[in-house]
Amino acid sequence: MRIFNSTVGRKLLMSISGQLLIIFVLIHLAGNSTIYFGWINAYAEHLHSMPPVVWVFRAIMLAIVGTHICYGVLLTLENKAANPTNYAVKRQLKASFASENMIWTGLLLAAFIVYHLLQFTAKMTPDVAWTSNQAVVDVFKMVVTSFSNAGIVVVYALAMVMLFLHLSHGIPSFLQTMGWNNDKTIPVYGTAGKVISAFLMLAYISIPATILVGLLKL
Amino acid sequence: MSAHTSNTMTITLHVWRQAGPNAPGKLEQYEAKNVSPDQSFLEMLDEVNEDLIKAGKDPIAFDHDCREGICGMCSSVINGVPHGGQVRTTACQLHMRTFKDGDAIYIEPWRAKAFPIIKDLIVDRNALERITQAGGYTSCHTGGVPDGNAILVPKPDADYAMDAAECIGCGACVAACPNGSAMLYTSAKVAQLAVLPQGKAEAAERVCAMVDAMQENGFGNCSNHYECQAACPKGISVKFIAKLNREYQKALFK
Amino acid sequence: MILDGKCPKGPIQTSWDRHRFDLKLVNPANKRKYKILVVGTGLAGGAAAASLGELGYNVEAFCYQDSARRAHSIAAQGGINAAKNYPNDGDSIYRLFYDTIKGGDFRAREADVWRLAQVSNNIIDQCVAQGVPFARDYAGYLDNRSFGGAQVSRTFYARGQTGQQLLLGAYSALSRQVKAGSVKLFQRTEMLDLVVVDGEAKGITVRDLVTGEIRTHVGDAVVLATGGYVNVFYLSTNAMGCSVTATWRAHKKGAFFANPCYTQIHPTCIPQSGEHQSKLTLMSESLRNDGRCWAPKKKGDNRPPNEIPEEDRDYYLERKYPSFGNLAPRDIASRAAKEQCDEGRGVGPGGRGVNLDFADSIKRLGEDTIRARYGNLFEMYEKITDENAYKVPMRMYPAPHYSMGGLWVDYNCESNVPGLFVLGEANFSVHGANRLGASALMQGLADGYFVIPYTIANYLAKTKPGAVKADNPECKKSIEDIKAQTNKFLSINGKKTVSEFHRELGKIMWENVGMARSEESLKDALKKIPVLREEFWKNVKVTGKGEELNQQLENAGRVADFLEFAELMSKDALHRNESCGGHFRVEHQMPDGEARRNDEDYCYAAAWEFKGVGNEPELHKEPLTFENVHLAVRSYK
Ligand SMILES: Cc1cc2nc3c(=O)[nH]c(=O)nc-3n(C[C@H](O)[C@H](O)[C@H](O)COP(=O)(O)OP(=O)(O)OC[C@H]3O[C@@H](n4cnc5c(N)ncnc54)[C@H](O)[C@@H]3O)c2cc1C
Ligand code: HEM
Ligand code: SF4
Ligand code: FES
Repeated sequence: MRIFNSTVGRKLLMSISGQLLIIFVLIHLAGNSTIYFGWINAYAEHLHSMPPVVWVFRAIMLAIVGTHICYGVLLTLENKAANPTNYAVKRQLKASFASENMIWTGLLLAAFIVYHLLQFTAKMTPDVAWTSNQAVVDVFKMVVTSFSNAGIVVVYALAMVMLFLHLSHGIPSFLQTMGWNNDKTIPVYGTAGKVISAFLMLAYISIPATILVGLLKL
Repeated sequence: MSAHTSNTMTITLHVWRQAGPNAPGKLEQYEAKNVSPDQSFLEMLDEVNEDLIKAGKDPIAFDHDCREGICGMCSSVINGVPHGGQVRTTACQLHMRTFKDGDAIYIEPWRAKAFPIIKDLIVDRNALERITQAGGYTSCHTGGVPDGNAILVPKPDADYAMDAAECIGCGACVAACPNGSAMLYTSAKVAQLAVLPQGKAEAAERVCAMVDAMQENGFGNCSNHYECQAACPKGISVKFIAKLNREYQKALFK
Repeated sequence: MILDGKCPKGPIQTSWDRHRFDLKLVNPANKRKYKILVVGTGLAGGAAAASLGELGYNVEAFCYQDSARRAHSIAAQGGINAAKNYPNDGDSIYRLFYDTIKGGDFRAREADVWRLAQVSNNIIDQCVAQGVPFARDYAGYLDNRSFGGAQVSRTFYARGQTGQQLLLGAYSALSRQVKAGSVKLFQRTEMLDLVVVDGEAKGITVRDLVTGEIRTHVGDAVVLATGGYVNVFYLSTNAMGCSVTATWRAHKKGAFFANPCYTQIHPTCIPQSGEHQSKLTLMSESLRNDGRCWAPKKKGDNRPPNEIPEEDRDYYLERKYPSFGNLAPRDIASRAAKEQCDEGRGVGPGGRGVNLDFADSIKRLGEDTIRARYGNLFEMYEKITDENAYKVPMRMYPAPHYSMGGLWVDYNCESNVPGLFVLGEANFSVHGANRLGASALMQGLADGYFVIPYTIANYLAKTKPGAVKADNPECKKSIEDIKAQTNKFLSINGKKTVSEFHRELGKIMWENVGMARSEESLKDALKKIPVLREEFWKNVKVTGKGEELNQQLENAGRVADFLEFAELMSKDALHRNESCGGHFRVEHQMPDGEARRNDEDYCYAAAWEFKGVGNEPELHKEPLTFENVHLAVRSYK
């Protein structure tokens, strides 16, 4: 299949999987922000009341993340191979720290996702060990307890910085990959990418941060 | 003689010297003296070479021909930017007035896997040729074509095609790209021919064939860094890469 | 010997069609058995190789650049003529024919020029089909502009990059044939000798510019489309690698060189800025559509141009040639500029320049319109001179630009050596003593797309394919000769570089055989050239080896040929005791300074036969007859 074998096809898969991940990130943010309204337990309960839906959703997410990671690694390796020698002096004109480090910000995000799942989904990290003997987990309590730990909050904050970096290039980039771009939109997308990813970063960090400073308490 | 200034400059050059494709290479230092601000960059190199020849040394090999920014032959990375980083300017059009007395200039060849070094600053750009050979044309025969005005081309389309067609095939986009990708070069031809009615018929085959050729010839993928447009001496826009992507999607569903 | 151009007899209007019918054909099944060597991939060679490949011949194409797309045709800015008469302003094949004959000062063959005018229309169609993005109007129709030497608007253009776009069209057609396997490309390969077997051209000896390998390619016919020779002046608008080498070496193997003294000096080039200069940059003649040429009326008027009031300006072209004004033909405009400077009224460094002023047009049309028309030229001008031509007039000076002379060919584009065909600027055929703007691109593509595919078959049909093999003694000898020459260059180890010799030669030629020539100056050149040549062979320094990429060695060969060719060019200029077109002999001018032709004695093409370096070449004449245009004094007043 052309789409899986050609450079442009693979990049298209990156783009589509990236867009789906962005949609997920947005939905997830909406879900998480229920914490501010005290609905988070209801939200979690609602989700878990339909196990087949949850599992299908998880499988799809795994496929998306898998695709994104596989092709991300593959494309990066191909790109390194296509440019094996470095210049003694090189001045970048347009490439940014974000655009050049997509693989690293991406892999750190992947590592974070694993950690995040182990923590709040599988409940295997020490900070959530106390939930193991509970029949129904009080999600609100769990989140607030964990985020009272400054170390954990720092990890989350750093991960969101990675998300910011990844998406500040990722957003304009997927629009270009989809071909939805022209001379007028190029600069607009660049700014939009930074603004949207900064918003996502701040919005996500706001939850652990408010908990840490004690604005949200048990 | 100069209309503007008569004070000359001394410039220190660090030039990549490499005897052959497999020989080791390194930066060598040279002094360019009495450089006139009205001199072009290549004329400055000419004079360094004259001195080298007189000293019985091998002059610096570099590609050049038209010296007016149109043939696409000249190709050196100057202080870390292909063609030296002056907007819409080839190395041969770069003038020494953009440098200052006492400056150091680093001069290196295009670097990419698809462009093996032949000697010093000269690289083999045949890989670009093969991309064009894969489909960068309309398959019309000599003779037997309709009158030039038989098929109207809306002016915006003609202008768009011309913008894309300005590519001089120098390869600076590849040299600038962190991925050694030839997307800008490839997309310029794809876009030009896709927008013209004369090229539309084969648009799908063309974009697939050219993208495949790009891959087969060792070029990387596009990560949308846009280094290429910034380095391109003709200012070819990355909007043509977006166009290529659209054409490619159309071809996928064909 | 009286040469015969083998032009078809009878009414000129049908001459090409009748001739095509009379030409022999090669059976389609046999075509691939014939190998054709095409040297040069510019408009002429690129179009020829692509078209011949498409017909099924086995083609090998050569160029010295690293890509076929870089031939110097790429540099043409202004446009290409065709007799389409789209603007309905009175153009026709006949008028294009007439303008070209007249523009060439009645020194070209009528039949060839007629054919050129006739196929000009096909060229535009062909290029459009290839995807050449010609300028269009808002309704989507092809746009035209006017050009020097014509009162109709017949020039098609693609922004300021017409040559580039046409060449990329030919290059794309060529690439398609490379993919199809019918054309094999040899880039970075320079032809250094023609192999002639039993009097017929059967191969070329080349040097691989990357490895230094010297080898022969044999074929059934050889096509030279290697461009012009004005780099004999050192400073010219040609690319650094343009040379006379291919045609000169063919000349040394028997091909006649015709009218070498006809060189064109382009009126609008950026003046030289210093001794370091390696080439001159042309500003398209189309600028004269909206720019007005003027020089200060007073000698040594050093005021900045904008401060010189109207009454102190001499719009010399408008004054001298009221009906053509700033659009007078090139030779006339160039000489007029030189006159102003010779009278001490030049501007810029050394007083070698005249103003090309856009202020009036900007006032009339607005800066945006001017930018849309010439933006890239203004940009180029600023890059080189650091001056903004929207604000101050451009400074212009004439520079060597084009060579009308070239290898002699008959109506079939075949030289006197059977099997050797010569196309484009490399031949002498259609421009006479002066070429009109936008006609060289037309000629290159006409020769390549629409002439050679027919005429070469006529020759091939008479030959047995593959008759000459690579082990032929002529091939071996040729290789040895070239190797010996290479070794000679490397062994001299003198004190002067190749460029120094080239520069010196250029000076001699520009001063003595340039825009204005006299018996005295030509004799002076003929004294100096052999001396310089002798010194070259004793005192040139070429470092490095032959078996590697060695750019000095490449240049050494080219300059060595220029040093021989320059002598022939001067001899031709001395022998042509008249003024015509680009050849201006100061002894032969009208009271008002216009060229005075001598049709009585010189209405012929002069084709020279090589008789050894330093020996007197033999002159052969091809008389020119004018049956469709009356020989008349050219007037653009
Ligand atoms: C700056 C400039 C502007 C011009 N503008 C116009 C214009 O607006 N309109 C117009 O009609 N004309 C214009 N002309 C003239 C026109 O461009 C040329 O006359 C024409 O393009 C020549 O085409 P060609 O195919 O004969 O040769 P070229 O395009 O010069 O091609 C020569 C080919 O021969 C090859 N070659 C040469 N020597 C050797 C060798 N020894 N071995 C192997 N290969 C060799 C080269 O590699 C090249 O491929 C302009 C010319 C110049 C210089
Ligand atoms: C929250 C999770 C993630 C989101 C929302 C996301 C989003 C995106 C987006 C939108 C793009 C741009 C696609 C394009 O240019 O068309 C992208 C590119 C990329 N992503 Fe992710 N991504 C995520 C996780 C990851 C992970 C875990 C990796 C790990 C490998 C990764 C690696 C990459 C790489 C390498 C690219 C650049 C590909 C290229 O330009 O060639 N991403 N991502
Ligand atoms: S796109 Fe620009 S940089 Fe790339 S080859 Fe064309 S002209 Fe050169
Ligand atoms: S030498 Fe031709 S573009 Fe620089």
